Amino acid sequence: MSRIEMPSADRAVLARKPEIVAALCEAAGAENVIYDPAETLAYECDALTAYRCAPLAVVLPRSTKAVADVMKACSRFGVPVVPRGSGTSLAGGALPTADSVVIGVSRLNRVLETSFADRYIRVEAGMTNLSVSAAVEAEGFFYAPDPSSQLACAIAGNVAMNSGGAHCLKYGVTTNNLLGVTLVTMDGEILEIGGPWCDPAGYDLLGVICGSEGQFGIVTEAVLRILRKPEGARPILMGFDSSEVAGACVADIIKSGVLPVAMEFMDGPAIIACENFAKAGYPTDVEALLIVEVEGSLQEIDDQLARIKAIAARHSPKVMRESESAIQSDLIWKGRKAAFGAMGQMADYMCMDGTIPTSQLPFVLRRMSEMAGEYGLRVANVFHAGDGNLHPLILFDANKPGDQEKCEDFGSDILKLCVEVGGCLTGEHGVGIEKRDLMHHQFTRDDMELQMRVKDVFDPAWLLNPAKVFPMDVSHSRRMRNAPSEAAE
Amino acid sequence: MTMYTPGSEAAISEIVTEGARTNRKMTIRGGGTRTLSSSAPAARETLSIEGLSGITLYEPAALTIGAKAGTPLAQIEAALAGEGQHLPFEPADWRPLLGTSGEPTIGGAFACGVSGPRRIQAGALRDSAIGVRFVEGTGTIVKNGGRVMKNVTGYDLVKLMCGSRGTLGVVTEIVFKVLPRPETAATVILHGLHDERAIEAMSAALGSPFDVTGAAHFPGDDPRTFLRLEGFEPSVAYRSGELVRLLSMFGQAQVAGREASLDLWRTVRDVHPFAGRAGAVWKISVRPSFAPALVLAVKASREAQALYDWGGGLIWLLTPEDGDAGAALIRGALSSRGHATLMRAGNLSVPAFEPQAPAIEALSKNLRRQFDPQAILNPGAI
Repeated sequence: MSRIEMPSADRAVLARKPEIVAALCEAAGAENVIYDPAETLAYECDALTAYRCAPLAVVLPRSTKAVADVMKACSRFGVPVVPRGSGTSLAGGALPTADSVVIGVSRLNRVLETSFADRYIRVEAGMTNLSVSAAVEAEGFFYAPDPSSQLACAIAGNVAMNSGGAHCLKYGVTTNNLLGVTLVTMDGEILEIGGPWCDPAGYDLLGVICGSEGQFGIVTEAVLRILRKPEGARPILMGFDSSEVAGACVADIIKSGVLPVAMEFMDGPAIIACENFAKAGYPTDVEALLIVEVEGSLQEIDDQLARIKAIAARHSPKVMRESESAIQSDLIWKGRKAAFGAMGQMADYMCMDGTIPTSQLPFVLRRMSEMAGEYGLRVANVFHAGDGNLHPLILFDANKPGDQEKCEDFGSDILKLCVEVGGCLTGEHGVGIEKRDLMHHQFTRDDMELQMRVKDVFDPAWLLNPAKVFPMDVSHSRRMRNAPSEAAE
Repeated sequence: MTMYTPGSEAAISEIVTEGARTNRKMTIRGGGTRTLSSSAPAARETLSIEGLSGITLYEPAALTIGAKAGTPLAQIEAALAGEGQHLPFEPADWRPLLGTSGEPTIGGAFACGVSGPRRIQAGALRDSAIGVRFVEGTGTIVKNGGRVMKNVTGYDLVKLMCGSRGTLGVVTEIVFKVLPRPETAATVILHGLHDERAIEAMSAALGSPFDVTGAAHFPGDDPRTFLRLEGFEPSVAYRSGELVRLLSMFGQAQVAGREASLDLWRTVRDVHPFAGRAGAVWKISVRPSFAPALVLAVKASREAQALYDWGGGLIWLLTPEDGDAGAALIRGALSSRGHATLMRAGNLSVPAFEPQAPAIEALSKNLRRQFDPQAILNPGAI
């Protein structure tokens, strides 16, 4: 099945499992350690379910101190550590190896401090994204980054992957809303980086930790910027005859000076799938659908939507429909956020995450549909139009021999295309294992070498999530630093 | 004193490669307008990036602009203004404050991480920077990020390079996300509030749904508190009315219109009240509600004058240069609840940047070693 290669397990580590488990139990308390193979199976994969491997053990510590003690124990035994938030990574960021210890932060889930005057919240990093907003909602505040998995995904994972969401055109992604972290390094040191104030005192370590995919340390606490909710928000649906026209409309809206909080784009196949699934009232006879949302008071919303409608009218939309109630608005968003579930009902699928310069949108969509024909696979597109972050969903049949491989090849070709037109391999999901071997297409050896030297600083032994992000051959010599026995590769 | 002004990235790479080979230290210079007096150049050679100039990419519909590092900020701002856009982080002009001359460059602003009053709403310079090219201390040319605003491919070295003052590499090109320039602006002004009360008023405004894009307080004989609103005309009119009502418990507010607002926020951005005045100038980052207590603690022991920006999260402090210019006092009162940078201070040998916790200090030194193994770039700058 698996075409993405992972290092084979270090036999010396496997042989010492009883000792290692004893050390983990001592560090975190036996009740927080899972090592029965029947139970570690629950941690064998994340949301990239095509790749699975149960770890040696799982630890779910209840304090930062316990995380530090577990890290020290793992360092002592030379055991690779795979950090895990809620396991919702679409890129295999939390995929274990058989010789690894998964450290999950799910039991670190308390609010530590909230200040509405200073507009921040300090939380343990196992809290889910949505529960952070829920914790400040009564005072009218929210935490802005809103990945589609926000009901389940943990802040620790958001920080590791620098997660985005539908509303980042206005509010930015995780890194723009993160003020500080508590980071436990591989040698068990507890670092306090940043805090509830602006700007770093020296180098922007927080900036490089965010998005480091769990390769620098385990984030156990985070200080997050919270914002006051706008008075209101309202989406408008616009349907067009072609993706080109919809793309041109997006460009004109942006150039006009209106800054919608979200501009979501769906192509024909995605519209039909979402409508069948969520009954959101989407028009099913158009080739491209835009959901544009603006915020403010009633008058401000009316004013902005009037501007947007005037621009859209120049592009002869087939449908243009403002939401008329909170229920309609919810439904419109429900359709969009259900896109993945809707696809899952139709077939197996893989979700890509490349970003392109928005000017390349028509070309990339056309090329993608040609490639779909060549591969004989269907592709549906839902994406963040304002920022060019594409989410092509490639449908395949996991039970049909060779289909997944074909799907992966198609996905790779799409991502290479994104890079060729000036974009990147991943806009918000992260590299993980999924895009690891494509990094050559975006970066030179020198570019990657310098990035790996940053990991050398935080994790000299390369024990943290070692086989992720960088192509296996590129990281090989570093990963071998800590291979006392013959871990055959 | 040798001055190099290479005209290409390749030429910079050659100079740095040669410098690394012969272990020659060099000062990296943009427009030379942001040099802090207490971090005077310790190198005999200067590498100027001013020969590396020009906008390399501008797509208004994609909200992105890229430029070579030596491009004058003014040129970038003019190009953006032509399309009704701007740099959201509102970079300050520090020439009047620091008593420097020259032409501010985009590379200099990036290397120093310079963000103005809009930082509290639109983010810092580092939040707008999406791509960078630079020459490492070994002469190797490296890129990170790119030209798209959503990008998590590999580590985010753009953030690390931003604000590193040329100590991790010579930046040659930067790409930014830009935003529409607001159609108009207005400023709600409160009078007569003492510091603590002013911070409360600013917190109330920033905690409102009215999207305040600037919150500053100038104490003194006639204390004034400023709250900026920006956007489309009807929206700004509506929100200033609402804000005046919300803040009525702090007194009767006035509303200044567009022209007055533009002037006023340039004054705040460039710290005009301290320009040309004798004394040391500190830039202090704290939690807003802690700001008045910190200023009070400093004033208890030495003469000092404060201005507040970022809703109180940024304190500009003017204090006499005698002794250590208040370094021990300020940093003691902060006790790790923020940080203080000495921006201007005659010829003192006080460290300009806040000393870091030992573990962070060690990490930073290791990072520097990875990027510039012989520490030839901008020795003593950070």
